[in-house]
Amino acid sequence: MAERPIPYEELIARHGPHLNYTPTGGWDEQREKPLDRLVKTHCCFCGQQCGIQLKVRDNQVVGFEPWEEFPFNQGMLCPKGVKRYLQNGHPDRLLDPLLRAPDGFRKATWDESLDFTARRLTEIQEKYGKDAVAMYGGASLTTEKAYLLGKFARVALGTRHIDYNGRLCMVSAGTAYKLAFGVDRSPNPWSDIPKAEVIFVIGANIAECAPITTSYIWRCRDQGGRLIAADPRMTPITRNADLYLPLRPGTDLALLMGILHVILRDGLENRAFIAAHTTGFEAVAKSAEAWDPLTVARETGVPPDAIEKAARWIGGAERAIILHARGLEHQSKGVENCLAVINIALATGNIGREGAGCMMVTGQGNGQGGREHGQKCDQLPGQRSISDPAAREHVARVWGIAPEEIPQAGLSAVEIMEAIHRGEIKGLLSICFNPMVSLPDANYVRAALEKLEFFGVVDFFLSETAQFADVVLAGSLQEEEEGVVCSAEGRVIHIQKAVDPPGNAWQDSRIYIELAKRLGKERFFPYREPREIFAELREASRGGVADYYGITYERIDAELGVFWPCPSVDHPGTPRLFEGGRFFHPDGKARFQVTEWRPSGDPVDAAFPVFLTTGRVVSQYLSGTQTRRIGALVDQFPRPRLEIHPRLAEPAGIATGDWVTITTRRDAITLEASVVRTIRPDTVFIAYHWPGGQSANRLTHRTLDPRSKIPEFKVSACRIEKADRAPEWVRTELPPGVAKPGRGLPVLSADEGGR
Amino acid sequence: MFGYEFYLDPERCIGCQACVNACAECDTHKGVPMITVDYLDRAHSIATVPAICMHCDDPTCAEVCPADAIKKGEDGVVQSALKPRCIACSNCVLACPFGIPKMMSKLELMMKCDMCYDRTSVGKRPMCATVCPSQALSYVTPERIERERREKPVNVFQFGRQTVTTKVHMMLPPEETALTVDIVDFLWEKEAGE
Repeated sequence: MAERPIPYEELIARHGPHLNYTPTGGWDEQREKPLDRLVKTHCCFCGQQCGIQLKVRDNQVVGFEPWEEFPFNQGMLCPKGVKRYLQNGHPDRLLDPLLRAPDGFRKATWDESLDFTARRLTEIQEKYGKDAVAMYGGASLTTEKAYLLGKFARVALGTRHIDYNGRLCMVSAGTAYKLAFGVDRSPNPWSDIPKAEVIFVIGANIAECAPITTSYIWRCRDQGGRLIAADPRMTPITRNADLYLPLRPGTDLALLMGILHVILRDGLENRAFIAAHTTGFEAVAKSAEAWDPLTVARETGVPPDAIEKAARWIGGAERAIILHARGLEHQSKGVENCLAVINIALATGNIGREGAGCMMVTGQGNGQGGREHGQKCDQLPGQRSISDPAAREHVARVWGIAPEEIPQAGLSAVEIMEAIHRGEIKGLLSICFNPMVSLPDANYVRAALEKLEFFGVVDFFLSETAQFADVVLAGSLQEEEEGVVCSAEGRVIHIQKAVDPPGNAWQDSRIYIELAKRLGKERFFPYREPREIFAELREASRGGVADYYGITYERIDAELGVFWPCPSVDHPGTPRLFEGGRFFHPDGKARFQVTEWRPSGDPVDAAFPVFLTTGRVVSQYLSGTQTRRIGALVDQFPRPRLEIHPRLAEPAGIATGDWVTITTRRDAITLEASVVRTIRPDTVFIAYHWPGGQSANRLTHRTLDPRSKIPEFKVSACRIEKADRAPEWVRTELPPGVAKPGRGLPVLSADEGGR
Repeated sequence: MFGYEFYLDPERCIGCQACVNACAECDTHKGVPMITVDYLDRAHSIATVPAICMHCDDPTCAEVCPADAIKKGEDGVVQSALKPRCIACSNCVLACPFGIPKMMSKLELMMKCDMCYDRTSVGKRPMCATVCPSQALSYVTPERIERERREKPVNVFQFGRQTVTTKVHMMLPPEETALTVDIVDFLWEKEAGE
């Protein structure tokens, strides 16, 4: 019922993405006019949360300066961090709330927009029931905002259904770590990485998705450490890998079981550790028997001797670290994959020690903190289970409601879309989430958004998803509201407010507080500033797994971050978990978990014989709402390309620069080919940051891991055919100023860069 | 910064272009980077390499400049061409053995890396070496390189008969003492004396 008010092409002409190349005031002003201040804060993008100083002049962030004292990155940054400030003063920035109108979107006042939003939410809930409204959140939000969203859903709206874009990120690892260890956090601080003798990176494109972590790995190699990397593509870190395992998409579990098999076969396990600190070893050992190197080689395409070598290196090391990310998680057996990593760490006793552990590389800025305090459909603050009566009682007391008033667990992100299709969910309020680009099966997502009776969006740019909204509430950039986030290593850090939101845009938290007022729930949301939300969050998390009670803004500033759990203000925080072999389960032991092989939900066959896998590039971030608007980042990699090996390309007559149509069981898109010898010949790759005709997620499928509910982005089946002409999107969808196709292979530096 | 040297290690480059983007932020060159990063051969490899001015002891660019526009400071840093003198002839662009100087045709001026003189003169590290996330570019003390790295820093380059010594060091395998980039050096005739 809610298609885009005007055609897509007209919407992007009006609201972007347009490209911003220069700081507010231009380069001359940059040189001549003094700054007002430098603000020490953190990057707004990935889970590493690098320290950065923002240059502020006239209430605009106009540039950056490295922050070399912050210990994690010591001044290092990636291109996204360098250029993030160009979101400030951006021509696409939403400066007023917008209401849907026959000719597009019209500016509205806050009163009109908020009254309308509250009225529509109330009408839908009165007509169809509380759970007919769902909420989406996001893991780029501060922890205060994430906490506020969880409370808003359960207290102001009383709906079960709140979930977030972290459902596409760390939930497989989170589920696995909770099962095995009783806690969802990377067990080791990043400073442990250089101290390992062996680093095994599997399913993690470190150099492009967590670039600063490269330095930690190189430092490990400086000290004699060896690097093993497993990926269907040669990613940049493989150039210095001591052993590269080019596995077939979706076969990580087999590779990991094969490594465990060899470790156990050769007696490289740590029997003393297993006996003292774990349960369930025998069943896992038995399950590994079937995975001999030859069987694994047939499944994965990795040579048996390479599997043996990897196992001997890991099993023979005094200190080994396994790093893993979305490559393992984005599968129908994402939780199994992560459990298999944990089983290797436990079997070899590589956990709870300096330089020894398994570490999930969380992707989003607040991927860790954003999932700890209540915007996940099954959790309450402090990483508490929403079905745990004691947890409900504690949180209800902090919130000032009765425990039975807290709804039970709701649906996860993709399941919410399915419930919209079924007509069970009629209204959606979304922030920090661009499902039109980021969810699998994008056509299905669009059809769901069109079915909604009410769709409200909070955002700072008109994302591809916000184009379907009835109301767009102009929210804030990261640098416009104070708060905390938790980085990938479990370090809680302080995001400073550098500038006020421009125009009539509001801080995100104010929007939800004002909405709560209009829903008659004002007394539960009495906050005047983020600090007051944080104070309540500390109480709500107190005694929970992710205990923040001892963390204050002042401590973070003085100590350059505090690692949770931190149960009291005199507690030093916990950089490394599980020291002394103490785990978070009541018996203090870690639990080996038997894993089950499950085929991909989109198997290759004669009609769709090629594996399609998706991922990221270093210059873009997630769905690109922010980074597709920054000129230099777009120039670096202007559009998605199809990476394809010459053995697959040449018989099909495909050369670099040719248009190729990629067809899956969902849809087909046409992209330029990059014919490279750095990807498996049975696999093609597309980066997913783009919408419309360039959207890789029009091709992906909605198969979910049954426990984590993560979609299987990393394994689809496709076929490829050379196309005889350029696709329609080249004419209609490229933002003004983006280089047109036809340059052959990607080129990094132009002859005369800059504009 | 006293006691600090610049080290280039192409083998550690991940092609992210943090250096290029950060260099462009300098308000002395207004959005134009003075460093490049490129694939060596994308069809066959993911390898990328950054290219910065090596700051030669006897800069070829200055030697071939007919307008005496390129100056080397006492600190050993070779500056961009002086705007009042540069005649945009491109001699330096053609002569540089490392292929670094770029002719900015819109400005009619040769511009290149000056090792962030405005930063190093006030105790800051050059921008590219500060942000580089993979140690492909570093600005540290020689003692630290000696302590932490197995590779050997080399600043002598052999281009045919021209020996070029540079301020910037390149990290090479431990057994190498100089980088030879001319096929002549591998020919039998060389060993035979000609």
